[in-house]
Amino acid sequence: MNTLIYTSVLGFATMLMEVLNLRKFIVPLAVIGLAVIFGLNLQDWNQPSTHFNDMLGVSNFSVAFSGLALFITLIILVMAGEYYTNDENHISDYVAILIFITAGAMMMMSFNNLVMMFLGIETLSIALYALAGSKRFDTRSNEAGFKYFLMGSFASAILLFGIALVYGSVHSFHLSLIASFISENSTLPPMFITGVILIGFAMLFKVSAAPFHFWAPDVYEGAPALITAFMSTLVKIAGFAALYRLVTIGFNNGTPQTDQMLYVVAILTLLTGNLSALAQDNFKRLMAYSGISHAGYMLLIVLSAKSNVSSTLFYYSAAYAVAGLAAFSVALPVFKSTGSELLSAFNGLGKKNPVMAAGLTMAMIGMAGIPPFAGFFGKFYLFTKAFESGLFYIVLLAVINSMIGVYYYFKVIMAMYGKQPDETQIENPLSYQLVMWVCTALSLLWGIVPSLLTDLLL
Amino acid sequence: MLSLELLFIPLFASLLILFAKGKAARALALVFTLIQLLVTGYAYTIYKANGGAAFEFTQAWVKSPVINIHFGVDGISLLMVMLTNLLLPLIVLSGFNREAKRPHIFYALMLFMQFALNGVFLSMDAFVYYIFWELALIPIYFIAFNWGDENRAKVTIKFFIYTLVGSLLMLFGFVFLYLSSPQHSLDWNTLTQFKTCSCNQTWLFWLLFAAFAIKIPIFPFHTWQPDTYKSAPTQGTMLLSGIMLKMGTYSLIKWLLPIVPDGFKEWQAVVITLSVIGIVYASIIAIMQTDLKRLFAYSSIAHVGLIAAGVFSFTQQGLQGSLAQMFAHGINVVGLFFCADIILSRTGTLQISNLGGIRNQNRLFSSLFLIVVLGSVALPLTNGFIGEFLLLYGVFEYNTWLSVFAGLTIILGAVYMLRMFQNVMSGPDSEHISSFPPLHWNEKLVLILIGGLIILTGVFPAPILELTQPAIDNLLK
Repeated sequence: MNTLIYTSVLGFATMLMEVLNLRKFIVPLAVIGLAVIFGLNLQDWNQPSTHFNDMLGVSNFSVAFSGLALFITLIILVMAGEYYTNDENHISDYVAILIFITAGAMMMMSFNNLVMMFLGIETLSIALYALAGSKRFDTRSNEAGFKYFLMGSFASAILLFGIALVYGSVHSFHLSLIASFISENSTLPPMFITGVILIGFAMLFKVSAAPFHFWAPDVYEGAPALITAFMSTLVKIAGFAALYRLVTIGFNNGTPQTDQMLYVVAILTLLTGNLSALAQDNFKRLMAYSGISHAGYMLLIVLSAKSNVSSTLFYYSAAYAVAGLAAFSVALPVFKSTGSELLSAFNGLGKKNPVMAAGLTMAMIGMAGIPPFAGFFGKFYLFTKAFESGLFYIVLLAVINSMIGVYYYFKVIMAMYGKQPDETQIENPLSYQLVMWVCTALSLLWGIVPSLLTDLLL
Repeated sequence: MLSLELLFIPLFASLLILFAKGKAARALALVFTLIQLLVTGYAYTIYKANGGAAFEFTQAWVKSPVINIHFGVDGISLLMVMLTNLLLPLIVLSGFNREAKRPHIFYALMLFMQFALNGVFLSMDAFVYYIFWELALIPIYFIAFNWGDENRAKVTIKFFIYTLVGSLLMLFGFVFLYLSSPQHSLDWNTLTQFKTCSCNQTWLFWLLFAAFAIKIPIFPFHTWQPDTYKSAPTQGTMLLSGIMLKMGTYSLIKWLLPIVPDGFKEWQAVVITLSVIGIVYASIIAIMQTDLKRLFAYSSIAHVGLIAAGVFSFTQQGLQGSLAQMFAHGINVVGLFFCADIILSRTGTLQISNLGGIRNQNRLFSSLFLIVVLGSVALPLTNGFIGEFLLLYGVFEYNTWLSVFAGLTIILGAVYMLRMFQNVMSGPDSEHISSFPPLHWNEKLVLILIGGLIILTGVFPAPILELTQPAIDNLLK
């Protein structure tokens, strides 16, 4: 809980720094601040507690995921200093909004009460609408911001309606009371079921699962690339943490209705994400569809919630995050130097800059789930757990889908090594290089020693 | 503990070579592959062939799901480790007069490949085995993709996805085995002792077999192979055909047979028939080929088809023969592709019709090439003979008619190999060849060593057979 307060305070502090004319120091101070909060966050390890009349519950689950959220934001901020070099007038706004998104994500990882969940989702979403449209003079960015806002507020309305219906049956917003309501009533009232399904729809929208995914490619493509990196990592992970928490604590590890819904959605998401990704020639759209397919895999984890899979979700999220961040740490300078966000921007990168090409190659191999990177163990762990819960056919489908995945991840690799380079030189600033090395090293380390993460949440 | 050394020497070398420059890279690669060969030789001398595992190393790795690192060798895997580490110095040496661009990356990938291959053969835990199996794919993909010819982009992605499809199905099978094993373990000993019910073995067999059949490749899973062999750089083709396809045939014996014995018996007839079809089919296509490398690629499909048929005959002779033939085929096929590369580098063509009369220009090369060709058509007293003889004997014990068709491989093999040799080496002088410069010292050395090995293991096959005998007896029990 303290972590949440510190993070919010840090967000306000960055806005104050603007007033105090400390603009140059905003990014370094915010990075240091996040690192300190990351350390403070660890103090809550193994000390479960509840706060604000049981609105928030601190547990190892929330501490681990908050740590991951802080880590991702920290990495994004390291890159933000470089990314916003020509936009220094607004740097404090961007940094503050990024930090508020993290605060929202933390609420989504530790709520005990539907109201708190809604607050978290809105804090995260509204800040994100602003960031997606933050390139004011770019029509694409405007479109992204507006589209995301329209669709997102619609989803929020559905979510509220669902919460209201659930409240109408349970007479409480508390997850534990909802859970006992489910176990006490052998037949659930239709109003409750409708509410649960509406909540599910809204959550599936937030994690961009099919058929609620249509916003994702357009928003990912239009938003500034750094924000795309942020959306494809932290926002997705926060959405899944919230969904998992909702299903495990609130819905007694999944009611038959939610299970059926998630089952169908998982199949659709896996197929839509992977098959659509095959045809993409824009890197950001590719990452959007790859993100959709990863959402499909992560839905399998939520579906297997009956056996304790929080460590699987955590491992998969962490592996996915570092691979995604490493990929964007190479993509951002390439976009900037070539002025293009198409896959052809990577043509000949293997000749122009072998180190960057190697980094992106490892990130893509990690995303495709090939050893020795963490992405592979994540998939194996996921398949094992889902199989254990009896999800035989859908695991087979997921296995087939990861084969499809290899093709489009390797499209990037083939562009880098197989195509002729053009004249443009790629400038690769130090901060991007640092991020690439750290994330690749972590991906490799977690892949070789998975117990570093898997043993945390057993 | 020797297993760890066998693993870490190439890994360390590969990281070291990454920082070397130019010629130092290949010199370092040669030094380390030779060190690795010495260590392998030492392992062979102290190994007692008793059918059990030796040089074992176990270490807990992940608590949930329970995964332990387990390395060790029995006679079968030691033979494969020997083949790998024997061929690697030859493959490295064969590139000594070739200028590869960015040699430090090329040789680093090659040594990394050696690390992964050793890992595949040393692993005694299915999960670790799977990791090395996939790990071996990455360096060879980049070798074929970055140093291959103009068709490489299309060809290598086909190869990569094709083999990955198999691997993922195998992973799915392993996940199932992991969950159904009583103590949740993927250790080789556990998997071979507990038997899942034959209702599951029926389909488990195909999940595992898919991975191996694609890698070997067994007809009709072979379509990636000729293009990839043709388009990869010669040293990459040597790695692929000499060692990497042995991962598949080795896994048939080491993993598939003991883990799903009932499934193995159930599908025995189907697979053995497919293999024999593959033998005849590939041999006929090989006769039609006009390109040397493609001819060797198809002859390789025919040979490994026979190896697979021998394994699936499930007889003492068939299994023995398959192991002897794996060892022999590894050496021969490396020799064949090297000869093709020598011809290509001197004449600029691999079209058989454009070649001819090389014997008059270079007697030494011609004699050495002949030894390799004879080894590969399984002439008595060459290394190919004992393996093919035992294989055919094994298939004969299973079914007479199949053995007749499989026996065609010897006749057809002689047809296409000797006709090729005649057209390329003797025959009238071709106008495409003005001169055939003498062999470089490294080319001479490699070919003489390969020729020596072909004759040596042809005359004295006993050490190979004795090495694998106890392990095979264990399997047949």
